[in-house]
Amino acid sequence: MHTQRRRLKDTTMSEHPVHRSAADAVAIGPATSEPFDTLLHQAHAARLGMWVFLASELLLFGGFFALLTAYRFEHADGFREAVHANTKVLGSMNTLVLLTSSTCVAVAVHVFREGRRRLAGALVFTTVALGAVFLTLKMTEYGLHFHEGIFPGGHGEWFLHHDTPGLATFWTIYFVATGLHAMHVTVGMIFLGIVGRSVLNGRLPRAHAHRLELAAVYWHLVDVVWIFLWPLFYLA
Amino acid sequence: MTATATDLDVTAAPVPTAAPTSAKPSSYLTDGTTVRSWLLTTDHKRIALLYFVSVSFFLFLGGILALALRLEHLTPGPTIMSAYTYNRVFTLHGVIMVFLFLIPSIPATFGNFLLPIMIGAKDLAFPRINLLSWYIYLAGAALLIWAMINGGLDTGWTFYTPYSAHSPSAVVPAVLGVFIVGWSSILTGLNFIVSVHTLRARGLRLMKMPLFVWAIYSTSIIQVLATPVLGLSMVLVAIDAGLGWGIFDPSRGGDPVLFQHLFWFYSHPAVYIMILPAMGVVSEVIPTFARKVPYSYEAIAYSALGIAFTGFLTWGHHMFTAGISAVDAGAFGILSMMVAVFSAIKVFTWVATLYKGSISLTTPLAYVFVFLFLFVFGGMTGVAVASTSLDLHWHDTYFVVAHFHFIMVGGALTAFLAGLHYWFPKVTGRMYGERLGLVACVLVFAGFFVTFFPQFLLGNAGMPRRYYYYSPEHQPLHVISTIGALGLGAALLLILGYLGWALVYGEKAPDNPWGSRSYEWLTRSPPPTHNFDATPRFALGPYDYTRPDEDAHAHAEAPAQGHDHV
Repeated sequence: MHTQRRRLKDTTMSEHPVHRSAADAVAIGPATSEPFDTLLHQAHAARLGMWVFLASELLLFGGFFALLTAYRFEHADGFREAVHANTKVLGSMNTLVLLTSSTCVAVAVHVFREGRRRLAGALVFTTVALGAVFLTLKMTEYGLHFHEGIFPGGHGEWFLHHDTPGLATFWTIYFVATGLHAMHVTVGMIFLGIVGRSVLNGRLPRAHAHRLELAAVYWHLVDVVWIFLWPLFYLA
Repeated sequence: MTATATDLDVTAAPVPTAAPTSAKPSSYLTDGTTVRSWLLTTDHKRIALLYFVSVSFFLFLGGILALALRLEHLTPGPTIMSAYTYNRVFTLHGVIMVFLFLIPSIPATFGNFLLPIMIGAKDLAFPRINLLSWYIYLAGAALLIWAMINGGLDTGWTFYTPYSAHSPSAVVPAVLGVFIVGWSSILTGLNFIVSVHTLRARGLRLMKMPLFVWAIYSTSIIQVLATPVLGLSMVLVAIDAGLGWGIFDPSRGGDPVLFQHLFWFYSHPAVYIMILPAMGVVSEVIPTFARKVPYSYEAIAYSALGIAFTGFLTWGHHMFTAGISAVDAGAFGILSMMVAVFSAIKVFTWVATLYKGSISLTTPLAYVFVFLFLFVFGGMTGVAVASTSLDLHWHDTYFVVAHFHFIMVGGALTAFLAGLHYWFPKVTGRMYGERLGLVACVLVFAGFFVTFFPQFLLGNAGMPRRYYYYSPEHQPLHVISTIGALGLGAALLLILGYLGWALVYGEKAPDNPWGSRSYEWLTRSPPPTHNFDATPRFALGPYDYTRPDEDAHAHAEAPAQGHDHV
């Protein structure tokens, strides 16, 4: 960064190579925020910021993984029984949905950098739609659980004829962890929706592709967390 | 805000150095004087002052609660409050002091103000997120205060389950308040980490940063990586208390000790969130007033990272009596003592820096001496309570209370006061009276020591913490402790008084009243909005006391040239 700054020191902002080479240089002008002197520099900082934030998010879900590990150790039988009773097919379909959506958004970033704005926008909104499919399936699953009489906190009639120790704990953590994950899916959809809109209407210049990338990286986190939640709740 | 791109270009031209202060140039304080210009500012220096006002308010509030507790303990039975009120007062004292004062105290005020200046930047990487973090802090604090008025909180600041799930007090809003404040802490840490990596000025290598920046950087790592786990455990407690789902309820297969694991995974490193920035202040003050290069820059910088890293592996020492295995207890005990090794490296390096230095005993340095004495005291008792066999006796007694107050008040608060006096001229552009400063420092030390030293003796004699009634034989020491607390409170009010006076009537401060080489003194007092009139060259290290003043200034203040060989 320093060498870069040194190189650019004598040029005024509009002469900056990134701005000059970008087709839509006019739109870039005032976007550079306070402490940065180049857009490249700013994008680098934004990217680092997002990754640091994701590290923080990882620790948040890490707490759940710690809880799950400890409780599984304490109540091996109960956890096995609960996993067996879970909606394996719907849960696995959701994994497929999220993986597909992640592919879409990764390709979207790539083609946007190449200048194919409409395709990028379409892919971003496909991602958002797949997010909605995920949430719908998740709600369906919750509905099935409630129908069976499985409620968080060990409430519901299912627990009247299933009393292995650890069942209540499993389902409570299941609802809390997947609920928190669903909140992250929702935030990711909003984030992608906002960026996707400005991709489609052309308000996001190519030089600002890092904004799309940030939303995509956040979406990948949502995906990765699910890839770890899925086997713990449905397969193991 | 948009004209910034050209500002840096100024540095390219060989403009003369900053105009003399007599010309009354504008500073960040005069750049906009409306309430709106303060509440919607994105200037890190103004946000630092907003934080300063808020954390000082909560220090005051937490202090009043502490005095109420001390007054209650004047007699072995009921004195001024009921037992239930007592439980709520000690809980709120802890919650306010930990989450609303100590955690944000040095990072969000001095860190916010100085970190960008010390790395030669115009602001933090994300100025708007910086402002947002202050509002999030206020929102969380407001929820906590609301909970405090509507039912209070009687779980202790540790919110241990299963009691917290059944307590009649306002647990849900209180823990959600803590959860929200945690977000503010994460965002502040994130901003600092990114700024250090992306905004250092040309020629400012990592190993040329002032040591305070290293301390804040290490703190930020903890803030970013530990706070989410606290957030999670607070949410789970809120669920247990509000919805009754019993995640930690043993009757439904839950495990209360797991809560303690999650809670201390944050809350022990949180101690280093409090003490590492304090160590950073000390590392700045000592070279300035000893006029010496730190005995080992690397030792101080790396040991800060070492404490941040090891701090993540010590949480189990809070649970020696909670049924963890002997192997676990041994491992956590040894890892906890590792922290003492890194701390000792720092203490010896500071002392070696002072050795044969040209010492001027000013108020900030006096506070640093107080810090050194109290921190070593607190640290060595820390090694003692990290030994399982000893901790079994001292656990949950006043010995532990005294130990962590030596670190948090004797360490963190003392360093906060050292920093407050050290940077007061830079922040406000005014000088305070040195004599009153030294008097107040002595009073703080005396008040502190008389308050907390007897608590070691009380704990050793078997006085449990958080008890409302106590046996009459403990009364004399409790009375002494209360007298000390009143003295400490008076000393803090004295500081508030003379600094407030200096703010309005104090002499104008020169740009570098202490003759320091550290980078924040290269700019004006108070600094201009963009921190430097012309970005300095940072050709010299921040502690280069090897040449005379005039020579050093000539090196430091020459504006950056086109070529740079650093």
